[in-house]
Amino acid sequence: MTFLKINNLDIEYQTRKETINASRNVSFNLERGEIIGIVGESGSGKSTVANAIINLIDKPGKITNGSILLDETELCNNEEVVRTIRGKKIGFIFQDPQTSLNPLFTIKDQLVETIQTHTDLDYNKSLEKSIKLLTEVGIENPHKRINDYPHQFSGGMRQRVVIALAISCEPDLLIADEPTTALDVSIQFKILNLLKKLTLDRNLGVLIITHDIGVIAEITDKVIIMRYGKIVEYGKTHQVLSKPASIECKSLVMSVPPANKKIDRFKLFSPEGEQIIDTSLNLTNNIIKNWKIRDLSNKKLLDFINVTKVFDGIKILSTKDADDKIQALDNVSFSIFEGESFGLVGESGSGKSTIAKIISGLLPPSKGEVKFENTSLFDPKNKLKIKKFRGQIQMIFQDPYSSLNPRFNIKDIISEPIKFFQKNIDHYSLDQNVNDLIDIVGISRTSLERFPHEFSGGQRQRISIARALATKPRLLICDEPTSALDVTIQAQVLNLLKDLQEQLNLTILFISHDLPVIRQMCDRVAILKKGCICEINQTESIFNNPKNLYTKELLRLMPKIESII
Amino acid sequence: MIPQIIKTFLDSDIGYSFKKSKVAIVSSIIFVIIVLTSLLAVVIAPYNPFDPKSVSLMDAFTPPIWSIGGSVDFLLGTDQQGRDMLSTMIYGSQISLIVGFASIIFAMVLGVFLGVTAGYLGGRYEIVVMRFTDVQLTIPSILMALLVDGIARGFISKSLHNDMAIYVLILAIGVSEWPQFARITRAATLVEKNKEYVLASRIIGLSDIVIMIKHILPNILRPILVIATIGLSQAIITESTLSFLGVGFPPTNPSLGTLIRFGNNFLFSGEWWITFFPAIFLVVLALSINLLGDWMRDALNPKLKVR
Repeated sequence: MTFLKINNLDIEYQTRKETINASRNVSFNLERGEIIGIVGESGSGKSTVANAIINLIDKPGKITNGSILLDETELCNNEEVVRTIRGKKIGFIFQDPQTSLNPLFTIKDQLVETIQTHTDLDYNKSLEKSIKLLTEVGIENPHKRINDYPHQFSGGMRQRVVIALAISCEPDLLIADEPTTALDVSIQFKILNLLKKLTLDRNLGVLIITHDIGVIAEITDKVIIMRYGKIVEYGKTHQVLSKPASIECKSLVMSVPPANKKIDRFKLFSPEGEQIIDTSLNLTNNIIKNWKIRDLSNKKLLDFINVTKVFDGIKILSTKDADDKIQALDNVSFSIFEGESFGLVGESGSGKSTIAKIISGLLPPSKGEVKFENTSLFDPKNKLKIKKFRGQIQMIFQDPYSSLNPRFNIKDIISEPIKFFQKNIDHYSLDQNVNDLIDIVGISRTSLERFPHEFSGGQRQRISIARALATKPRLLICDEPTSALDVTIQAQVLNLLKDLQEQLNLTILFISHDLPVIRQMCDRVAILKKGCICEINQTESIFNNPKNLYTKELLRLMPKIESII
Repeated sequence: MIPQIIKTFLDSDIGYSFKKSKVAIVSSIIFVIIVLTSLLAVVIAPYNPFDPKSVSLMDAFTPPIWSIGGSVDFLLGTDQQGRDMLSTMIYGSQISLIVGFASIIFAMVLGVFLGVTAGYLGGRYEIVVMRFTDVQLTIPSILMALLVDGIARGFISKSLHNDMAIYVLILAIGVSEWPQFARITRAATLVEKNKEYVLASRIIGLSDIVIMIKHILPNILRPILVIATIGLSQAIITESTLSFLGVGFPPTNPSLGTLIRFGNNFLFSGEWWITFFPAIFLVVLALSINLLGDWMRDALNPKLKVR
């Protein structure tokens, strides 16, 4: 008897202008004690399928065809049955542990309430059970911690509580929608191991939805690869990832940055399955002439000397309270040489973005000095010089959805920095400049009149790159430029950045939490932990021969696609 | 050109939600009719109530046309001076709308300026401005308007009082309404300020003023528009209240509030129409604007939309 059997599931979203098929003919089986992963790019319908199982599809979506059988019970469009099962027989883990617990209730209230709703246990028994659950998911000192509120737990601990909540009523099926996406590598590792252990101990069927192939490789038995609402490949994880049959799957696997070696470029595949070989760059002589490419001098370009940054609240009267001060950086020093790409790695809260903001001039350092070409960037005496340098340091941001002004069209976005630095530029050369830039990043000139919301995340990131290049910068700061993108798009954007660096001799400061990406992109890497630098070295020697304990730990814990191939 | 604009509006998401909302359509039609009639008062109104030649004391206290003693000449009756009620109301609504629009624009400019600068610049300036806003929000807006009105009148010579009434009222109502704008714009600015496109402009080196005007302001227009619409009806009501209390428009140049005040004197002697029609007119005007504002808030803020 199959535990969960999904047959020919069709889900449609009817909007005003069109009908979107979020799921087309999706069928798969899940047995007890098995973990199935659903992978796909954003918009591929992976979450929709999971939501359909517990009948939580948002309007205007509806299931138009197919069946979902859980232990031979039909769940499809059967709200009365699903309501008794939801939470009891099916547990659900959401992506964001910050919002999936009610902040106004203690963990005890939430656990006990859930248990009492679905079982006949009395208060004391439920409490006892709650404590046992917390022990099981690895929360230390559960007797005491159970009286805490969600905000008193860290992100990883909170996700553990969510898991405890999800398994509190002894479900048979656990659905986890991007359970570790919001978490750091080390915590992700622990959570995945916990899920694996629970699956075996309790004989659960687990459905994991993620966009991270590394996670899939680490934990799942079978994998489903989805695209545009259809299953393109379904089979044993090892089989699918090592010998992908379909083009979509091949391009997905090829786009994942390998953690164990440095490759020159990512191989890209066209939808027809041919490999795209040409570089995404078509630099005209015009741009190169315009750019006045400097020779690689290997001189020191940026010097970050003993910088400390402390955040404190603004008060109308200054107090000597040290409580609300947060030390983001503690005596950090490094230097970046012209033409290299320098990587900054660290978990959330390690101060990576603070460094980016200090270099770009958005924040002043509390102590220490930042020198660009031996000129201090925060010395009021150098005001005129600093103004000139501003255009030479540019930044690409993480979130492609907020980094472009939604009210500007693409042409205005790109021409704004040009106009600012060349006040009396004429129309003709402005157009010329904008066209060149849009060509470099591989977006068609016809889209200049369009607005940001008409573009996809990857295209927006390309536009951001064009804007950053408009001032002909020498140092480009990339703050997690691809962490909001799908892997195949990430591969394209990383290729573009590599090409740009090669042809324009850019110096790049690359900030990321993703070690495999860093390995592909950077010449030298600094590992940050809680505002301090643990280790700075050549990328290859850090990955092959880490010296620092923390670095070793990070490298061990990162999810690797190679672990099964 | 204009049909084109209307077509693109109706095709957009906001236009779609407009077409779906009966309340929005009805209230906007009523609002447009009121605005048009008051703008074209000279053409539409049957009489000019301020022209002594067309007013005759003999016609005073004529009841509406359907009552006994009503006259075809005066559809909604006349007041104690023999002025046609309908015409006076049309002219009165003109004054009310002018004061409403002008004062809300005044409040908007002041509030948005303070809100955006406070939100964007932060620091002590922000603290001072926002505490000032908080203090003013504790004073009821009518009281504030009365206060400003009283002070302003103290500075103006008595002979000019009637001519200056409109400017004093605009100032008084504008000053009492700005904190709403300051609060909303500051909150919206705080959100936009940390978005990456603003950071990108700062890294380019654009000055604060350029960033505030070119980047932040266009992106926070939606909440401002909603507040302005709801504020408009509030301003019209405040103006009427002030006129009703006798500190607004003089009887020679009556707004809706002044008309209600006069009619009030005759309410118990049977001449109910003098106060009833202006009051109803005011209610309909304020209600249509409020409903329009409600719809606009839902349409412009998809997060609030009820599924």
